[in-house]
Amino acid sequence: MSDAFLDICNVSRRFAPRISFGQKIAAKLGQRVDARVTHAVDGVSLTVARGEALGLVGESGCGKSTLGRVVAGILPPSEGTTAVAGEPVMAHGRKTTTRVQMIFQDPFASLDPRMQVGDTIAEGPLAHGLTTKAQAPAYVGKWLTTVGLDPAFAARYPHQFSGGQRQRIAIARALAMQPDMLVCDEPVASLDVSIQAQIINLFLKLRRELGLTMLFISHDLGVVRHLCDRVAIMYLGRIVELGETQAVYAKPQHPYTQALLDSVPKLVLADGVTTSFKPIAGELPSPLSPPAGCHFHLRCPLVQERCRQERPKLREVAKGRLSACHFAPL
Amino acid sequence: MKPASPLSRFWAEFRESKVAFVALAIVVALVGVALAAPLIAPQNPYALADLVLMDARRPPGYVGSGGFTHILGTDAQGRDLFSAILYGLRISLQMGLIAGFIAFVVGVSLGLGAAYMGGRREAFIMRIIDLQLAFPAILLALVLSALLGQGKAQLITALVAAQYAYFARTAHGAAAAERGKDYVEAALSTPLPGWKVVFRHILPNCLPPLIVVATVQVANAIALEATLSFLGVGLPVTEPSLGALIANGFQYMLSGRYWISIYPGVALIVLIVAINLVGDQIRDQVNPRLKR
Amino acid sequence: MTAPLLEVTDLATHFHTRAGVVKAVDGVSFSLRKGEVMGLVGESGSGKSVTGFSLLGLIDPPGRIASGSVRLGGQELVGMPGAHLRKLRGKRMAMVFQDPATTLNPVIAIGAQMRMALEAHGVTGTEQTRERSVQVLTRVGIPDAARRLEAYPHEFSGGMRQRVAIAIALLHNPELLIADEPTTALDVSIQAQILAEMKSLVAELGMALIWISHDLATVSSLADRIAVMYAGRIVEAGPTAAVLRNPRHHYTQGLLDSLPARAEPGHDLVQIPGTTPSLLSLPPGCAFAPRCPRADAACGVMPELLTEGARQHRCWHPLGLEVAA
Repeated sequence: MSDAFLDICNVSRRFAPRISFGQKIAAKLGQRVDARVTHAVDGVSLTVARGEALGLVGESGCGKSTLGRVVAGILPPSEGTTAVAGEPVMAHGRKTTTRVQMIFQDPFASLDPRMQVGDTIAEGPLAHGLTTKAQAPAYVGKWLTTVGLDPAFAARYPHQFSGGQRQRIAIARALAMQPDMLVCDEPVASLDVSIQAQIINLFLKLRRELGLTMLFISHDLGVVRHLCDRVAIMYLGRIVELGETQAVYAKPQHPYTQALLDSVPKLVLADGVTTSFKPIAGELPSPLSPPAGCHFHLRCPLVQERCRQERPKLREVAKGRLSACHFAPL
Repeated sequence: MKPASPLSRFWAEFRESKVAFVALAIVVALVGVALAAPLIAPQNPYALADLVLMDARRPPGYVGSGGFTHILGTDAQGRDLFSAILYGLRISLQMGLIAGFIAFVVGVSLGLGAAYMGGRREAFIMRIIDLQLAFPAILLALVLSALLGQGKAQLITALVAAQYAYFARTAHGAAAAERGKDYVEAALSTPLPGWKVVFRHILPNCLPPLIVVATVQVANAIALEATLSFLGVGLPVTEPSLGALIANGFQYMLSGRYWISIYPGVALIVLIVAINLVGDQIRDQVNPRLKR
Repeated sequence: MTAPLLEVTDLATHFHTRAGVVKAVDGVSFSLRKGEVMGLVGESGSGKSVTGFSLLGLIDPPGRIASGSVRLGGQELVGMPGAHLRKLRGKRMAMVFQDPATTLNPVIAIGAQMRMALEAHGVTGTEQTRERSVQVLTRVGIPDAARRLEAYPHEFSGGMRQRVAIAIALLHNPELLIADEPTTALDVSIQAQILAEMKSLVAELGMALIWISHDLATVSSLADRIAVMYAGRIVEAGPTAAVLRNPRHHYTQGLLDSLPARAEPGHDLVQIPGTTPSLLSLPPGCAFAPRCPRADAACGVMPELLTEGARQHRCWHPLGLEVAA
């Protein structure tokens, strides 16, 4: 695609276990040492158009956060490349662009507790020459206002803020770098329901006013439907389905997507109705030893012999719709 | 809403512990008299020409040839013990603080550097430090001072060598924990150079445990210096620290002239215990598990 | 109508901190019958978890139950000596926590932990304890339970660990189970499994369940009745579907409106302005007044919890009752 703003090309990220000195000796002596490599992200290719919001959905351990960190330039990929507007995100293990900024899940961990929030926000822009020491207060104030906070808050410390306010500060810090793209890793998951709505509205506003491109990582299908144009569903390091959000939710083209949607508890408003859950059978397999063939075959209601052997390709099953199921379109 | 600064909250909590407050008062007072020693002391114990041998080994309360009362008695050279203790305190504190400070800088730099670099370099630095921690500090200091000879600089070198590893260990542990936190990752993803992230973000957040170690290590440095001086490998006799004073009087202990050793010893104990009590209180306050 | 199993009257739990008295729970009353499921809903700091802990007498200093009464099967629990309370806890009432990793001892095999839990209440004998352990583990859906007794907590996945924690809570067939956000830390597919399990357990064992959660959807699919808490007080209670269909309190309405499912994708959500108040400096009247669209002078006085059939609400300007008023 030529209009791709973010281009993730065949990215893999493996984590090798730390092997201690003792284990090395044991291995030399012929002992079996468990040194299996975790394939957190396994050959993912994605593109996001300028101004688009892509949701990245999956359960814990599916590699969505790892992929987000690779895109944001916090983790180098083991293989593959990521580029924003044609510029590579990382080179020689170091981030080379400021066009992508990241927002973390836990606003209690993502702000330096011993630094005034104004200094935290100004730090990156000062280092990058986006503002000067003299203009920093006004610059910080502008971004605090953008995220709906009083510019006077700049002199306070993180512990003086509630979770929702801290997340706003973290967003202001990311915006102050004047990025074209935000990678948001579960930015509302640790917030209270009433505060979640405020932050979701803030993201909507930022998209409208600043035209930001967003990679929105979440396990919450409801939030993703609300915020994202397209959605990618991940399972054990691979993308299993990708498409327009509305279309994916309306008619999933992968049994895992279907199962996820079925698992979401819905608000029951009728008296005496006993909702029957249709939980997916079984557990998430360990990413240390993913099953052969299709990763989902152990839990899949449609499983056939072929799924145990052959890894399904992510292929186009309808216009703009990709699925990694042998039997798609379903 | 005017929130109290973290420091003033810390101080308010500190004051609530009477023991720690008294201990801090003692430390401040001892530092004060040590600084003001030339003004308070009736005699300059280093001016060997002023010493009168006739006044040697006199008990407390003796009025000497200088015309003033030796309230704590005199030592074998006829030195006024009260003056000697004041000057000795000065040297002991000086040694402890300088050695503690240098050990802090060296150890913390190594520990933070190791935690930041990671990988093989981290493993290499930390294994050497582990190796050294397995070695008794006193033995190391003893060997070093014997090799380097007498003198302030040599003594400080020995003390630093014996102590920096504690700082390095603590700094490394704290920094490794901070290193994985989101705010450090956020800072690292800006164009800020790595060393700036270490000093602006990681170091300030590692300070609480380091301050605790620092107070205790200053007390340990003073004790270690006293031990070395007592064993005769510390400072020269012309500049006696508390340890040397104790050593000087030791041979007279059994002849009933207890004061020559005991009073410097009491001063040393009070100083070390007070510093440790202050350190304990700081540790209790920075440890979130003990927070009410 | 049978006598309620659990009767909570005017329960107040206060924490005496350096900064002042935190009234985490302040005058909470409700009752629960055998086999009934009540959802206790609120945001962080609403006092929902502290309420759960208070029922079991698990409040440690500087907190204490300041007043009120908790009766289980007619027996008063507030003020009961600790030793006495321990006999009830785990036997007649049990609790499941949000993070199973913290409630299971990481260095003891789960079989041994279950044996200890059984022996603490007089069930002894290797065969008997083993049999009972396998029975409950199988009941909560742990495959190959007999073999898994030798396993340590870290050998289980998060969902399986939570099942083990639930199994331990069920060992003595408690009459009352309190579950504090037991699925919050779990993935949706695992949450659905646990919810399905919980539903069938309640139906089968006839125990009463208090399901503490911030998630209206899970509560609505599980609970017969719902109680919404805000700043230490119940602001609204009643049959779940009725409350969620026509909430009386503006806070309940606000919570419902802020769900993304309630709005068109891409459009602004209805948001509750402001933040949850600090329990140290609550406004004198209705705690929600500063964030409420309909607040007026009347709200400066604390409204009483009014009963209206099966429902209760604590609001001067309840929704859906304007015509009657």
